[in-house]
This record gives sequence, structure tokens and C-alpha cells, in this order.
Amino acid sequence: MEVQLRDPNELMKLSRLGSFHQSKLSFLRSFLKEFKDWKFNKSLFDLDEHGHGIAVYSLSKKKRTYSLICFANKINDSERSDRVIATKWDAAFTLYDGLPTKLDIDRLKKNVPKQEGGRLTFKELTLSRANKSIRMFEHVVKSLSNGNQPDKKILSKVGYLYRTTAVYGSGKFGLADRFRIKNRKEIYGPFRLEMMLVYLVRQFTIDQVNHIAKFKNPKKAVKLDNDISRNLGIGNSTGLGMAPFIVNHPTLLNNWILAREKALKKVREIKKINHNDKETFLLCLKKSLKNISSWNTESEYQNNKISDLLNDLKKLFNFIENFDFKKDYAFNELYIWIEKNLKDECIEYLVSMMLEPYDKIIDPLISEMSSEEERYFNIPGHRTIKDLRNILEEKYNNILKIDFNDKQSNKNFWFISKNKEEPRYAERYKEVGSELEQPLAIARDIKFLYERINNQKIVYQ
Amino acid sequence: MISLSEIDTTTKRATKAMGFSWGVAEEVGKNMRLLELYGLPGVKNLNEYFKNYKIENYKSIKVISEINEATSIPYCPIELGINFLDQITFVENVKEIKFINIAFPLLFLPFISRGSEVIGKRIFCKIDEKEFLLNFNQTIYSNFLKSEVINNCKLINISFVDNVNTFTENEWNEIYKISEKTFVEESESLKRDAAGAGLTDND
Repeated sequence: MEVQLRDPNELMKLSRLGSFHQSKLSFLRSFLKEFKDWKFNKSLFDLDEHGHGIAVYSLSKKKRTYSLICFANKINDSERSDRVIATKWDAAFTLYDGLPTKLDIDRLKKNVPKQEGGRLTFKELTLSRANKSIRMFEHVVKSLSNGNQPDKKILSKVGYLYRTTAVYGSGKFGLADRFRIKNRKEIYGPFRLEMMLVYLVRQFTIDQVNHIAKFKNPKKAVKLDNDISRNLGIGNSTGLGMAPFIVNHPTLLNNWILAREKALKKVREIKKINHNDKETFLLCLKKSLKNISSWNTESEYQNNKISDLLNDLKKLFNFIENFDFKKDYAFNELYIWIEKNLKDECIEYLVSMMLEPYDKIIDPLISEMSSEEERYFNIPGHRTIKDLRNILEEKYNNILKIDFNDKQSNKNFWFISKNKEEPRYAERYKEVGSELEQPLAIARDIKFLYERINNQKIVYQ
Repeated sequence: MISLSEIDTTTKRATKAMGFSWGVAEEVGKNMRLLELYGLPGVKNLNEYFKNYKIENYKSIKVISEINEATSIPYCPIELGINFLDQITFVENVKEIKFINIAFPLLFLPFISRGSEVIGKRIFCKIDEKEFLLNFNQTIYSNFLKSEVINNCKLINISFVDNVNTFTENEWNEIYKISEKTFVEESESLKRDAAGAGLTDND
């Protein structure tokens, strides 16, 4: 039986994309899988009693080594800001290609803490900075130095000790261009080096908090419990840059979504589900309920979605009580029921769960999630204006119905901040600068292009 | 050192700031990345071109023919390049194309290089006495190695190179003969038991 890929007109809507949950295809999970057998080493940990100084963490396999170099700095509370105006951070990081020498570290010490104001070289792969969550960090240091573990309830409200305020890669500020490293097999998956940096930063935050607590009270201090550490991540203060990134890299977005859709299609095409795979699916589902109930958000919209998800999962559990996983194409039948009876949030949640038992399906798809973009963006001189008009009418039909003369449809614009050379977002009719708008209002510009083609005096056949 | 990504982004923005559309600016960004990747002075030439751009009001071109001549004002290399790339599948049928009087001709070169990839043919380009062989947008082979600005050229001559071998049949046969030394002569038993062993031809 052949199952069709899901319809992009349904899938590629923000409401549906915003309902996607992490899966085996997620960037961090695929990174962990690839690097799980690499040798981890804390090559340098030279911090003072306040946790300021330099640390180096390395991941090695065969002849390849990647090293995270951390610069932890003293900053005053008044200087700490997650906003663009910040020029100092609690810690700054770079991922180095190889094991750095003392000379490299000296050079990077002068540049990495300056972030956008510094210069990197082709030996550095990614760049980042992060600020402490002061309330979490102080609570953890205080607890550990007194010989106690921190309050899990307090920790669960935030979930991290540090949050990054930017993670840069691919040639920014002199970092290595992608062409230098793109043929390395271990980084075929998406955002591998960015994930590596953030993952190692997380380890640094845990080591740093233990280190400070130990200095504060050498006799009484205890180490942060492994289970608590495991539940800590790294926060992210913004993520704004991802919006223009996706507009500028459409083939990447396509490949990410297509990998997931192909995986779902293949799972739905399995004729006989074996017992172990069924059990894995059900186990993941049950375990994940606990996870869902731990999600915290201040957003009413998101809280409603979480509540809908829990209600829908109850419906699902009732349904699968009598569901026969032994029948042919059981996952397909289950998926069809899910589509008919549950909301977007739960549909996509269950898609992720259905992928869990199937490494053999997932693993080959991970390497399809990058893109050789140069192949797709040359001027297609062999195509006609008529071709273009047909594409616009066929693929962008919904967009052509939007009235962009309505201020609501044309409310915001993207610009590049002179201070940080980063994309920012502003209201067109309230702020200055819209005349320097970036070409990111794709829907509006597609409509304008279509109108221009149709208003040409020449009739394109 | 400035990364290629920075060169691409910054020259794209600068081109837009000079009054070109975002679409053209994007093409220029890609071109500067290419020239610098191949070790040619793209940024240097673009910078100089921008200094002259508003003053000179360079000539545009719409349809490319066998001989294209800009009489008093030279052709704009960017307008020329965009149109060349757009019309590449048509102009490749002409064996040789001449452009007379072009400003900053090095800025035209990456468009020809990209055209070579589109049509799957090498393109030989002569900018006055400087020679360039554009190999499917993979490499540029040239006798021009100076990092200098070329403000203007009298003539660009473009010819499309047919896909033919660079070696004779005899040379190929000689190489092939050497390669045969890695082959194993099959004995009767190998013929019988190696690939396809055990199957009858018509089962």
C-alpha cells in the first residue's frame, strides 16, 4: 500500500507547523546520536572562586577534535541584559576546530567576549554568549554550598542556569565558511555545530555552579545531583533571527519538513507492526504524559494548546484500549483516526511518537536535512513569464487573495540593526526605517510580482 | 580575514544601497563570493565600480546579439551579466559573441561562469588580452593573476567550447592499457564460479 505525503496546503500553515513537537529527527537528538561515542574531555578548567576564567571542553574521535572555549567574565547586574544593546555577558563561547593552543586562547580571549565587536578566523566554527538566570544560579550555588540539593520545583519553573542571547555560525564575524566543513560526515545533520556548542555550554554551566559552591564552602558543599543536572537545559532569550533565516533558506525548511513527512509516510506504510515496536510506541506515549504536565508557560494561547493536547491524549488512550495493533497497516488506521478526531497539537505530537520505534526509517533521512542551496538559486533563463505566472497561481493562490493595501496586512517590516548588524522587526506605521526594509515580506512581494506581470502590456503566452 | 559569507552579505547590501533591486543585489553578492573564492579581486573592482556608478550612468542592454557595441558610454557589467545569464540558453547557439566597450569587466565574469554551469559547456572569455577559461562554474583558469582594478575594456570576446576531450584517442588508449594492469585475467574456473555463479543463463 502506498500512502500519500500529507498535503502541503494543510501542513505548511503556521498553526500546524507551530504544533510540531520534538522527534528523533530533531536537531539536538540527531546530534546526540551522532556524537554519543565521541570522547569527551574537560581539557582546561581555570576558574577563580567566583567562577570567572577560561574552560575548554573537547569532543574527539579518530583524528577529529572540536573544542568549546568558554570565557566566563565578571559583569555587574546593571550591565546584564539580554537585549541587543548589551555589550557584556556572563560568559562568551566559541567552538574551535581542533584543540586550541595557548596562542589561540590568548587571541580568542581578546575577541570572543566582544562578540560582534571581535574578529574570528576560519579555525572557529560557531560563536555564542550567554547570561545567567540570576535567581536560579544563586539558588543553586546557595543550596549546594550548604550541602543541599536545590529545590526541584524552583528549578522546574525556569529549567536552566544560563540562557544564550545569540548563537552564530557559517562565516559570521570571520567564522569558518560552510564550504570548508560541509563535507564532514559527522556534521551532515542540521545545525550540528550550533547544537554541539550549546550542549557543551550546558555542561560548562553545571561545572561552573559546582565549582563556585565548592569554593564558597569547601567542607560542606555537595555536587549538583545527576538527575537534576539531566533535567537542566540551556535557555534561549530570543530566536528572532530564525524567522528571516527560514525565509532566506527555503530549501532547508523544505528538507526538514520533507524528512519528517517521508518518515511518517513510511511508518504508515508498515503492514505488520511487530510487538516490540508497538510497545515502544505505547511506552513513549505514557512516559511523555509526565513530561507534558511539567511544561510551564505564561502564554495563555500556549496553555490552552497544552490543555487541548492533554484532553486529546485522553481520547486517544480510550480509543487505543480496544485498538488492534495486529491488523494490517495499523499505524495508518490509527493516523487516519487521529486526523479525524484530534486537534493539530495532538496530531503532530502523535506523529513524533509514531516515529520513535523506527531508527531504520529515521537515520537515513537525517542526512537529507541539509541543502546544497547554490543548486537552486540560479537565474532560470530557460523559463518564461508564463511559467512564472502559472507557478504563482498554482502555488500561491491563497496569497494572491490578500489585500496588502490593508494596513493590517502590511503592518510590520524587517530591518537590519545598525548597532548589531542583525535582523529586527518593527511596526511600519509607528517606527522609522521602513524605507530600508529587508526583502522578507515574501507574501506581499509575490502579490506585487503577480500584479506586475498581469499589468504588463505584452500578453505572455 | 573576511569570510565569504560576509563578502556575500555585505556586497549584496551595498548593491541594494546603490539603487539596484534586491534581486540584482542578491546576484552580485553571489558573484563576489565566487570571484573571491577563485582568488580574483571582486570586492576591489566592485568598490571602484560603485565610485563611478552614479557619475557615469552606464549603458544597459536588453537583447544580446552576436556583436554588441556601446559607443560613447560603456556597458554596465551587472546589467550585462544579468541579461547574459537570463539569455544563456539562446546565446549559446551563437558561436562567438563580442561586447565592445564595457566598464569593470571583471564584474561580468562570474555571470559567464554561472552561465557555463547552466549550459554544461566551458566558456572561453577574452577581456582584451586577458584570458579566462570558465569550467562549469567549478574553476576559472586564467593568465590574469593580478589583484588590480580593470576600469574598462575595449573588447570582450566570448566563445562556447564544445564538450570534447582534451586528449587524443591514442593518448587515452595508452592510459587505458596501463590501467588494465589492475585487472585479473579470468581462468576457466573463475569464469564458471565468479559473478552469476550457480545460475543458468535462461532460468
